[in-house]
Amino acid sequence: MAKTTAHGDNYINFEKGIWSWLTTVDHKRIGLMYFITVMFFFLVGGIMALLLRLELFAPNAAPNVGQILANGDVYNQVMTYHGAIMVFMVIVPGIPAILGNFFLPLQIGAKDVAFPRINLLSWYCFMAGAALAIATFFTTKIDTGWTFYTPYSIRTGTATAMMVLAAFIMGMSSILTGLNFIVTVHKLRAPGMTMHRMPLFIWSLYATAILQMLATPVLGITLLLLAVERFLGIGIFDPKLGGDPVLFQHFFWFYSHPAVYIMVIPAMGIISELITTFSKKVIFGYTAIAYSSLGIAAVSFFVWGHHMFVSGQSETTGIIFSFLTMLVGVPTAIKMFNWVATFYKGSVSFQSPMLYALGFMFLFAIGGVTGIMLATLPIDVHFHDTYFVVAHFHYVMVGGTLMALMGGYFYWFPKMFGKMYNETTARISFVFIFIGFNVTFFPQFVLGAMGMPRRYFDYIPAYENLNKISTVGSWLILIGFLFGLYTIVQGLLKGEKAPMNPWGSKTLEWQTASPPPHDNFSVEPVVTAGPYEYR
Amino acid sequence: MSTDNTAHGAHTAHVAHHFKTAEQQYSSGKEGIWLFMLTEILMFGAIFVGYALYHNEYPAMFAEGAKSLDWKMGFVNTLVLIFSSFTMAISISFIQKNQQKKAVLALATTVLCGAIFMVIKYFEYQHKFHLGLFPGKFLDVAKVGAEHANLGLYFGFYYVMTGLHGIHVLLGMGLITWCLIRTIRGDFHSQYWIVVEGVGLFWHIVDLIWIFLFPLLYLVG
Repeated sequence: MAKTTAHGDNYINFEKGIWSWLTTVDHKRIGLMYFITVMFFFLVGGIMALLLRLELFAPNAAPNVGQILANGDVYNQVMTYHGAIMVFMVIVPGIPAILGNFFLPLQIGAKDVAFPRINLLSWYCFMAGAALAIATFFTTKIDTGWTFYTPYSIRTGTATAMMVLAAFIMGMSSILTGLNFIVTVHKLRAPGMTMHRMPLFIWSLYATAILQMLATPVLGITLLLLAVERFLGIGIFDPKLGGDPVLFQHFFWFYSHPAVYIMVIPAMGIISELITTFSKKVIFGYTAIAYSSLGIAAVSFFVWGHHMFVSGQSETTGIIFSFLTMLVGVPTAIKMFNWVATFYKGSVSFQSPMLYALGFMFLFAIGGVTGIMLATLPIDVHFHDTYFVVAHFHYVMVGGTLMALMGGYFYWFPKMFGKMYNETTARISFVFIFIGFNVTFFPQFVLGAMGMPRRYFDYIPAYENLNKISTVGSWLILIGFLFGLYTIVQGLLKGEKAPMNPWGSKTLEWQTASPPPHDNFSVEPVVTAGPYEYR
Repeated sequence: MSTDNTAHGAHTAHVAHHFKTAEQQYSSGKEGIWLFMLTEILMFGAIFVGYALYHNEYPAMFAEGAKSLDWKMGFVNTLVLIFSSFTMAISISFIQKNQQKKAVLALATTVLCGAIFMVIKYFEYQHKFHLGLFPGKFLDVAKVGAEHANLGLYFGFYYVMTGLHGIHVLLGMGLITWCLIRTIRGDFHSQYWIVVEGVGLFWHIVDLIWIFLFPLLYLVG
């Protein structure tokens, strides 16, 4: 496979030109390509979120800013795009496609993923799906919410079918990534790297990949059926023709509930890496953390019914799903307690990645506990489709996944680019995001308990003060992310040269140059001990 | 173990740079294909679940729908596909024995069988359209003279299930043609056949799904 061009000493300058990036099969470059695209969609989705919060700043009756988005229709569209973009284009692919692609082979001592060309194909699938999704923005904008619930999604005259096909194609991308990761973990580990010597991030990616493989096809056929329903009116989800719209919800959540763990299990993997590294101590309960990822993955398939507590399913079904849903709390708590136990007698240093890890634990604890509340059948009947739910899933998904993503970026930044970032601005970004996040979403728990429904673009004056606080919080988050962006760009342009292993980590990716060479390791590593042999 | 590959010349063109041995590459490829087939089965699985639910709810309507399908055509198609699975399987065996000419013949027969299947399918669809048996809301119950008001739902399932399967047959035919061309070019031989094996596996799964579709749609009820 010898190329005739001059090769640089690392993957970034290995080959030159934009074409060499668009045709690359190097997992590190594909990871960076995902990084750029996903961050772009994150920006788009984030702007939409700010618009939504701005609209909700005051009730529309008030003679001021409460009418940013001309009317309810526009609000519904912006809300749908915010949800769809953030879920399908940011949080689901986020960690596995960016950091997973980049670090999975490095952490297990492989030269690449098992199927490099399929890896590139999955990026193109993602881009094609994303382009199709964005294209709907220029036709009849979709207004169904990201869940595409029937029968509304069949009746609305908007671009449901196109959006759903886009999600289907992005699902293909997700399947291909998951498949690649499973085979890579099974077949390409370095000599001596047994399954029980794999870093916990790999375990979490492995569990996620299983979820991607098992859940996404069902979403695929569901979305396909919805598209066919729109085009041909086949009747499967249409009560007029003898079909059942709730069947759509069953199919949809059979994927989409496991999907929330596709979003959060990799985040937990990153947190495990950060906590052990910055405590300078071997992680407490390695096997428990590793297998709890698989445990969460397994349980996640049996909990979808909690989305349908008020859909008219039988009480017994509701009780069973309530119980099963709470069961997810067990493996989650196992991780939480093991992380806390790792601090004990560790020498903890509060570098910015560690701050993000702590932020994750704090926010995820709140998100998890409110999840148990919502899993409780009678409480859910009261809170169903209120802002309490909105607050809960933002705590889990944003407070969980995005916190971990930011922590992961800063942790691995020196390895990815060979440069150090500015620690001060990184910490400032954390402080703003963390405080802003709580200011934004904590009031929404109260709003939900007071009865404010989700997805509404207007509300009664009684909810006004809390909504104002929430909107101000969204501006703090914006400032935080701008600081984060500044830190990354500043580090890229002016950062000092990073050493091979700035944090004193023990996992394999730190045993090669920063940034890594094209083939990852100049000498094939041989593993003789576990991943976290600190002391 | 791994170091003496280059010495034996095993690290030739058909072993990608990130694999150490041909065996490692083969077993990785095989696992990847099986995992992909798993997703195919899950995808069809969901629609089978939907079929089972509605069949349970409207057994009489499903019986009426099944009556209007021509089981003879379906049966011929079943035989055609089973035979094509056989020719697909022997083509791999021929390649393993370096009998490329026989392999090409077997692969061509497989593609031909796929084409026959699609032609028969075309006539079936054509006949249904002629009778006005359209899916869902397009089926005019009064015009067709259907006993059950929601007969369109049955044909919704019929067209989606066979249609999705048909798309897979076409994809399979494309993939097998690609294998055929590469076999003629001499890419596959007794040391390297994983691509053909993967495509073959895909083809078997497509056949297998038909073997479930045929009795469910044509015979049950």
